[in-house]
Amino acid sequence: MSLTLDQVARIAHLARIEVTPAESEAVRDKLNGILAMIDELQSVDTTNVAPMAHAQDLAQRLRDDAVTETDRRAAYQAVAPETEAGLYLVPKVIE
Amino acid sequence: MINASLKELSAALADKRISSVELTQLYLDRIARLNPDLNAYVTVDAARSLAAAQAADARRAAGNAHALTGVPLAQKDIFCAEGWRTTCGSKMLETFVSPYDAHVVTRLEKDAGMVSLGKTNMDEFAMGSSNETSYYGPVQNPWDRSRVPGGSSGGSAAAVAARMAPIATGTDTGGSIRQPAALCNLTGLKPTYGVVSRWGMIAFASSLDQAGPMGKSAEDCALLLSAMAGFDPKDSTSLDRPVEDYARDLEQPLAGLKIGLPKEFFADGMNADVAQAVEAAIAEYRKLGAEIVEVSLPNMKLSVPAYYVIAPAEASSNLSRFDGVRYGHRAAEYTDLTSLYKNSRAEGFGAEVKRRILIGTYVLSHGYYDAYYLQAQKVRRLIAQDFAAAFAQCDVILGPTSPDVAFRAGEKAADPVQMYLSDIYTIAVNLAGLPGMSLPCGFAQRDGKRLPVGLQLIGDYFSEARLLNVAHQYQRATDWHQQMPEGL
Repeated sequence: MSLTLDQVARIAHLARIEVTPAESEAVRDKLNGILAMIDELQSVDTTNVAPMAHAQDLAQRLRDDAVTETDRRAAYQAVAPETEAGLYLVPKVIE
Repeated sequence: MINASLKELSAALADKRISSVELTQLYLDRIARLNPDLNAYVTVDAARSLAAAQAADARRAAGNAHALTGVPLAQKDIFCAEGWRTTCGSKMLETFVSPYDAHVVTRLEKDAGMVSLGKTNMDEFAMGSSNETSYYGPVQNPWDRSRVPGGSSGGSAAAVAARMAPIATGTDTGGSIRQPAALCNLTGLKPTYGVVSRWGMIAFASSLDQAGPMGKSAEDCALLLSAMAGFDPKDSTSLDRPVEDYARDLEQPLAGLKIGLPKEFFADGMNADVAQAVEAAIAEYRKLGAEIVEVSLPNMKLSVPAYYVIAPAEASSNLSRFDGVRYGHRAAEYTDLTSLYKNSRAEGFGAEVKRRILIGTYVLSHGYYDAYYLQAQKVRRLIAQDFAAAFAQCDVILGPTSPDVAFRAGEKAADPVQMYLSDIYTIAVNLAGLPGMSLPCGFAQRDGKRLPVGLQLIGDYFSEARLLNVAHQYQRATDWHQQMPEGL
């Protein structure tokens, strides 16, 4: 499997990473090198093998639906690029 | 003092032969002298460290000290530590001062009262095997300044190797504790997945990430791991198990121990002088009473491709949190919300991190999920089953940690796949979730320099105390681990 420049642009959009036209060929070549290495997996017969998501195959733990955290909004927003009145600021998304 | 074990430091502090402030100052002085070249630390805050040392001395005076109270350590910059800049090796977090402590930081610094000397350099978001992907510049290997210290915990490895810290924390997703430990002549342990909490440890690949100790001996690692490990309800995959003293079995004799040698580890690919050092270690273990058996891990060669599907897939999801909105780098130029995301991420992430996010996005995307991601997870089970079959025949598995000694800076940086293959012996352990460690087993000559060789030990789930015992008995019989680089 080898990626085209259009596919690289599509993946970059999905990943929300700007890849400039000047970078895209070099990015594609490196990605194709990695994909060629990964392709070895395709030759393995995994019929009847259950996928393994986690080392311990444990079910997720449940906890009581209770408030355990204190309000630390100011501390958490102190590291944000831009806030106002306790809100995170982003460019206008609704006209 | 700089070669003292944690046990000796603990005793010296308890007997008031030295204060934590004096000990911390000694290390801060070494950091001031050696770090400008080695670049093992990205953040040092002497005032903060000395204040913690003072508090530790007060705690000892008050008589409620833990064995490690006042002992300094280096923290990998992947652990959020309140009030400390926490960068994860990335421009994305260049100005991020954490508002909270990772569980590991709480355990070591608050509960045990250890003193952080600073945050160590690392490959960006732990993605690398040479420390060259760090935004804060490469780390030099103290054994040969023109070579890499390994990665991703390369700063932690170089800091301890150059005696700029008595011990350090690291994290290991595909070998990031064991490989730098091997390349810098340290002992490092990656515990069973779930033993150490991931809370506050900046996530790379959550089903593989695990923190552990990197130190000068198995005994030191046992003491640090005992203070680091334990159930944490804030980590959804933390294992609720009884607290362990990982040093409890250190002195057990090895007579009757069955060591398995996977034939695939010894087939080819290992450098001749690395193989020689590993063979000599096997001979030493025979002398210590161990029985050597051959085992097989037939799917081991698939571990690198499976890892480079699973780890990037998880990374692409984990790193989506860096959006330029809540924390981290925000681009100066953007026209709308989408370009704010795209530009912030393009500027904030380095080339290797972007590559892995793109690979992960691709293998999870519509039409490719089954062929790549699901297939990799099935192969992951085959790899775990190989280990289960091997552990039916032996107690521990032994092999090299890395196919070669430390490579030259720049040697593999241009070819990602070559870099990935330097973790060929370590990655399968993460996929299976097993504990693994690296310990020094000799040296190889390169260009007139002595470079350390690492021996890897792999155990069954929750066998950390046994692994540390097997390593400690070897370290009682040999002195490889006590050797340090010249000129420091």
